[in-house]
Amino acid sequence: MGAHATLPFVLAVVLLGIGVYAIACKKNLIKMIVGVIVTEYAVNLFLVLLGYRSGGAAPILAEGQAPADLVQRAVDPLPQAMILTSIVIGLGVVALMVAMALRIHEKYGTFDLSLIRRLRG
Amino acid sequence: MVKLLPLFVAVPLGGAFLLPVLGRIRALRLLDAIAVLLALFGFAFSLALVVTGGGGTLWIGNWDPQRGATGINMVADGLARLLLLTVSLVALVAVLFSIRYMERFTGKGLYYSLFFLMLAGMNGVVLTGDLFNMYVFLEVAAIASYALVAFGCESEELEASFKYLVLGALGSTLALFGIGLCYNQSGTLNMAQMARFVESQGLNPVLLLAACMFFAGFGLKAAMVPFHAWLPDAHPSAPAPISAMLSGVLIKALGVYALCRVFFNVFGLAYDAFAGVLMVLGALSMVIGVFLAVGQWDFKRLLAYHSISQMGYVVLAVGLAGWLDRRGHHATAALALFGGLFHLFNHAAFKSLLFLCAGATEYATGTRQLKMLGGLVERMPVTSACCRVAALSISGVPPFNGFWSKLIIVLALAQAGRFWSGYYWLAGMTVLVSFLTLLSFVKVQRYALQGESKPPAAGAREVPVSMCLAMVILAVVCVGAGILCPLIQGDLLEPARDALFTGLRYANMVLGG
Repeated sequence: MGAHATLPFVLAVVLLGIGVYAIACKKNLIKMIVGVIVTEYAVNLFLVLLGYRSGGAAPILAEGQAPADLVQRAVDPLPQAMILTSIVIGLGVVALMVAMALRIHEKYGTFDLSLIRRLRG
Repeated sequence: MVKLLPLFVAVPLGGAFLLPVLGRIRALRLLDAIAVLLALFGFAFSLALVVTGGGGTLWIGNWDPQRGATGINMVADGLARLLLLTVSLVALVAVLFSIRYMERFTGKGLYYSLFFLMLAGMNGVVLTGDLFNMYVFLEVAAIASYALVAFGCESEELEASFKYLVLGALGSTLALFGIGLCYNQSGTLNMAQMARFVESQGLNPVLLLAACMFFAGFGLKAAMVPFHAWLPDAHPSAPAPISAMLSGVLIKALGVYALCRVFFNVFGLAYDAFAGVLMVLGALSMVIGVFLAVGQWDFKRLLAYHSISQMGYVVLAVGLAGWLDRRGHHATAALALFGGLFHLFNHAAFKSLLFLCAGATEYATGTRQLKMLGGLVERMPVTSACCRVAALSISGVPPFNGFWSKLIIVLALAQAGRFWSGYYWLAGMTVLVSFLTLLSFVKVQRYALQGESKPPAAGAREVPVSMCLAMVILAVVCVGAGILCPLIQGDLLEPARDALFTGLRYANMVLGG
């Protein structure tokens, strides 16, 4: 594989690492939520880059065009459909997380995880 | 029968949107009745599927690969049938238990809505034959479960749910990353076609990275030991019927099932390392889980740690089966896998029952601290009897179901000792863990059921009939599956075992040819 083909993998793994770092090491609930968002977008970006083709056409079959010709020129539409789904799911998860963080703030008066410790390990 | 498979997802999903409306107009009796009917439908349907052995592949919208197009498919093989029956059984008793138990909470309609969303998601994960669909259903079930853990909206529940939410979202994201890597290599999302690709091309570094992602992602969902931190907080915080669902079936459908399906049927256990990782995860969970459980005084928290430990048994047995199968010791491998799947079913029965008993004690006394309970055996005879049955099952006392499945796993390990002596040690460890389990449940019996009644337990009365009925059903299953094991062996467990063992032949079954 050339540098061109490995770039999405490197990018995705680096971004994923940043997100996991934020989830594991940050003590602030909001920063942890941002970490989760970063991991989700690392994967979304990875998926869309998989289908990318430099100079590719939109994957719509024009009238009179042979399907084989379209396959030759168009970008891969399946990852695009996948990330649409995963973005919507991600939105749901983030909305739930933010709602939960707000309720926690109501109860404890803080977003600092080191002060929110009622449960024992 | 195959044409009706989408109903497993569609019926609970429809119910999930109908029930909050009934809750809003305060038709509470109707609400309960419809919820029970929906759960009963799922149970009857899955039972019929198991008894008739009906199975096969349904291509949604007839987008069949033999007609030149690959669509989304649903596959009901032996393993899917076993999981479906387990999920629907626990769902049915959880709904029965919820009728009275959830009266203490507001928003029963919303509760049922989340419950059936979770059920639809689990059925979908088990039935789908497409990796991306599996991710979507997994998220449906997981998001519903995050909300259910926080259903009481108390400080501890919110905290536990947030922890679960962050780790669960990370697990799903890692699994999706793995799915993307697989798609990149094989150009398909269909599990059967991907299996064909792996068979012909072998594994490459990208697919190995995907395998790591699946181990981490599904391992997080299954709460295997390095990834278990969220479970002891999340499972006790949920309302009791939901704890029963989470510990009884959710970690199996989303975690263990997904691991088995991907590594056995898609990757075909192409490396020893896969079976090895499964065994290490299983053994670690089994031992560490039980040691953490012994010191607990919160009834439900103790049960949650035991869930980690008992799922360790299942994953250890499954990994062992893979290791032996690759070396050609098929008979012993079949025994190990049989034990693992039997224990999976048994764990669903006795752990759900234990969580329901803990819920009943909490309902009657208002506490679940073992030191504050006592003397329940006279005040709550049904709950106590059921609790005893479940405790004996989980500790592996004959003739209850847990004994047989643990015995089979230990036997398989001992037989495997002929090929590598380390397995004798593992077999010994399995017995030791079983003994520690017994020890910690003796503690439960001693403090909660025997002795003098302390203030919170002094005024306790037996819980309402519907809650008792739910517990008695599971207790009967615990005894029945132990004594009548040969009966369920042929219809339920052996097809499930064979479905995993066919390995890459799964692809032939789905795609034909």
